[in-house]
Order: sequence, then structure tokens, then C-alpha cells
Amino acid sequence: MNLTYTSREQIEVYRFSLPVAIFVPLLAVFLQVFLPLRFPFVSIFDLPLLVVIFFAMARRSPVTGLLTGAAIGLLQDSLTRQPIGLYGIAKTFVGYGASSLGVKLDVESIGTRLIVTTAFYVIHEVIYFSVARGMVRLDLHWSWPHELGSAIANAFLGVLLFAVMDRLKQRA
Amino acid sequence: MGRYRNISILGAAIIFQILGLAVQVKRSTDNQSARLIRVWTVSAITPFEKAIVRVQSGASDMWHNYFYLRGVRQENRQLKEQIEQLQLEQVRLQQDANQAHRLQTLLGFKEQFIAKTLAAQVIGSSGSDQSRTVYIDKGSRDGVKQEMAVISSTGVVGKVSAVYRTTSEVLLINDQQSGIGAILEQSRLQGVLKGKASGELVMDKIMSDESVKAGDKVMTSGGDLIFPKGLVIGTVAKITKGPEFLEVSVKPAAALNRLEEVLVITQKEEREPISPAAPTRAADILAQRLPSVPDKPPTPVHSGVPASIITHTATQAAGATNPGATQPAASMPASGNRSANATAQAGGNQATTTPPTLKPANISTPPSNAGAKLPSVNTAAKPVAHTTQTQPADSGDSPQ
Repeated sequence: MNLTYTSREQIEVYRFSLPVAIFVPLLAVFLQVFLPLRFPFVSIFDLPLLVVIFFAMARRSPVTGLLTGAAIGLLQDSLTRQPIGLYGIAKTFVGYGASSLGVKLDVESIGTRLIVTTAFYVIHEVIYFSVARGMVRLDLHWSWPHELGSAIANAFLGVLLFAVMDRLKQRA
Repeated sequence: MGRYRNISILGAAIIFQILGLAVQVKRSTDNQSARLIRVWTVSAITPFEKAIVRVQSGASDMWHNYFYLRGVRQENRQLKEQIEQLQLEQVRLQQDANQAHRLQTLLGFKEQFIAKTLAAQVIGSSGSDQSRTVYIDKGSRDGVKQEMAVISSTGVVGKVSAVYRTTSEVLLINDQQSGIGAILEQSRLQGVLKGKASGELVMDKIMSDESVKAGDKVMTSGGDLIFPKGLVIGTVAKITKGPEFLEVSVKPAAALNRLEEVLVITQKEEREPISPAAPTRAADILAQRLPSVPDKPPTPVHSGVPASIITHTATQAAGATNPGATQPAASMPASGNRSANATAQAGGNQATTTPPTLKPANISTPPSNAGAKLPSVNTAAKPVAHTTQTQPADSGDSPQ
């Protein structure tokens, strides 16, 4: 199977119903803040980021992707004690990048999803840390092994989650 | 223009958020500008968290109260035995507390008590490793206010950092923005306990030439005016020597990543211990503690007797004292009993008011809490300890 598209006709653009577009990001944010209390290891996952990547890649519209990323990021920011905008900026970039990539790549295959999710997780963290250190002067601890491990864990979870969320897609 | 539409919108979205961040950073002391979006999000998310926690605890209660009762009788018997042992221990501690209170009275020491607590359920977290906060199911409607201390049955948890109507945000002690006045139980060294980016808890501002041992208990010092003095924070796990200060890693006593129920200290009381009408000497305090010491005849000869001799006499008398005849309950400072009750209330238990005559006063043991913070305790206790060695027949430490 080709990973890249050869013509514009091959691209399938999807849309989501309004309840799905609202409820799924909210559910992701809810689980992100609720599950670590019961299962602390869950905190290595970034469910809102996975939702941003999935929506952006499925819609294949950079503007919609960046707006979805910004909205989910700001929502996530507002539950932390840090200034609002750190997750917002990082997820805006990811939403834009994922939807731009969705136009060029076959993002339905498992291999592509693994690679794309791993890469976007690392990009997200790099942007978050850069803004947090550069602008907000937060003293954050960067560890490559931890970030790469989290990226791979998120990629595997993403593959499973994307397979479930594929059922919510509607052809535009 | 259409070619650059997407990138222009991306640029606009990023610039908008960067400006928003800059405004927040500039007004770091006044976080109200960003409050509305937080209120909306918290109001949207926390009702679901509350509902799930209630269903979960309801199911758990039903299981534990009705179905899972095997072995309860045996457990009950064990608990009763444990209560008896604890009652005996409490009597000994009461004696030490009473002595500490009397010495505090001498120094005009102000005491802080936990007067009122509010039990709350932890319903959510921030969901980010960079922000260590949790949400509890009590808010301004229940009397929670910002900067209130939050504890659990095992130790200090954090402080209330934001209050909404039905929920509150609690900043955990291992967050980077947290700082607590702390004191080491054994060495009585004071420092500031802070969280690191990795979630580790460290105590700094301890000079590198000081001696700190792993396993030493870390307590609140009360210096931050948020946490009452003497609450357990954790134990020293690791000590790293820096050029100027030691970096003391502390293992928190409370399970900060698995919190379920916490207590918010909604009311603290600061009282001065009831001071005697006339200034009291250390020897009189000891004499109060040992009621069998005969009253000094009011002759001028005794007024010039050195304190050490008086202490020696008092201690000799202690050796002859009937172990059962200790400080009468009526002469105890009222704050002493109130303190015990308040502390017990914080832990959710009612203090047992067993008369303090069950066990003799432990005169060779200085009060663990007051000993180091009040130098006068040591000076008063030293001669007693010395004299105790000379009179091994009855050191005041004999079992019942």
C-alpha cells in the first residue's frame, strides 16, 4: 500500500457529527484528569493530544485542525494551575501539522499512525517545553528516555483509540 | 492570498495565545483575568467526576458494609486490644504534653490548634505532570477558602489554591509552586520544603555543615502561617551536599498520587496558654509536677539557695514520690486538654480523657515536641536526668 497519495482524488475527507465533535474532546479531557487519580501510570498518556491528532487527520483541513487543537489545548490548560495557553499553543501546532500531513499521507494504515503519533507527541512536548521555559520561566525537567517512552506508549494507545474512533467518522 | 490563508490563520491563532500568555505572566499576582475560562471548564468537568466518585464510593460502601463482613469479629477484638494499648500510651503522652504546655506558658508561647476540619473527596487532578493539583468536592458553599491547609490521615497534602462554588483546587506539596515551612523532628533544623519539576519533594535552605540523617521525620514548622505546627509531612529519603546548602529529598507521608479523602483545615485557633498571675520559676514548675514536694518555708535563708540545689531537692523528692500522685487534673492548663481534643478531632477521633494518674510521670524523657524549640526545657530537664542517674531506685519511668 502506498503511503503517499498520487492525486487529489484519492483523499477522503471525513466529518463528525456535532455531538461527537463536542463530546469526544470533553470525554478525553475528563478521562485525562480523572483516571490518574485511580491509576497513576495513566498520566504518561495525553488523551486530548490523541483526539486532536485523530480529528485533524480525519478532517484534513488545516484551519479546522488548528482550531480544534487550540480549543482542546485551552480546555486542558484551564484545569492546570499554569498560565492558559501552554497546551493551547502546542496543540494548535499539532492540529495544523496533523491535518496538513493528512492531506499528503495515507493516515489510515497502522504503521503511519504509529509513526505520526510518535512524532507529533515529541513535537508537542518540544513546543510545550520551549514555551513554558522561554515565556513562562517554568523550571521543567526534560528527559529524552521519558519523552520517547511516553511517545511510543501514546502511539500504541493512539492506534487502538483511532480504530475505535474510526467508527464515528462520516464521509463528507 | 488564498495560498497563505491557512498559515495566516495559524499565525493569528498562535499570536493570540502568546499575547494571552504574556498578559497572564505580567499579571502573575492577579490570576483573575484567566478565571472565567477556568470556571467554565471546572463547571463542565467536575460534575461528572463527582457523580462517578459518588457512585463508586456508594458501591464500595455497600460492599464493605453488607457483603464483606467476614472476619469482622476478630478484627474488632484486635482493635479493642489496640485501643487499650493506645490509651496507655496516651496517658504518657499527656504527661509530656502537660509539661510542654507549662513551659510554653512560662515563655508566653502562642499555640495553634486545628479547631475545625472539613472532610472532602478528591474528584480529579490537573491531568498534567507539570501541574500537581487535585480537585476536591467542597467549595465556597461549604466554607472552603483560599490558602486553607489540606491534610490526610497520613500527612500533609497541600493547600487550597482556587475556590469555586462546589469544588476547590488543591496545590499539592510536591508542585513547583508550593512552599512549606518545615522542621526536622530530631535535629530541629528548619527549612523550606518545595516541589521539583520531577515531582520530588526537597527541603532546602539547610546549611551544608549541618547533620541530617535519612529517616528523620519532617514536620510543619508553622512558619508559613498556613499549616499548623507539628503536622507530619514525610521522612528524609536522601541527602545531597551542595556548596552552600544541603538538598534533602523528602518522601511524603501522604500518598500524593493516590489521594481519595482529605481534610481541609477550615479553622485554626491561636491562643496564648493561660499564664499564671505571677511569674513562675522553673523550679516551681517542677514542684507543680511533683506534688509531694513540701512547700518551702517562707524564711529568707531559702531565697538565696541556688537553683541547682532546689532542682536536686525536687528530684530527690521525685524519687520518693508515689507514682500515682502526679499533676492533679484541676491544676492543668486548660489549653492542654483542648489541644489534645483538637488534634484528635483533626484525625476524626474523639480524644480519650483518661485521668493522668495511671502511669507515673516520665521525668527522664524530655517532651519530644517542645524539647528542642524551647531551650528552657533542656535546661530544666538536665539536672533531673542527672539526679535520676544517682537514684536508680525510682527514676519515674517504672511500668505500672
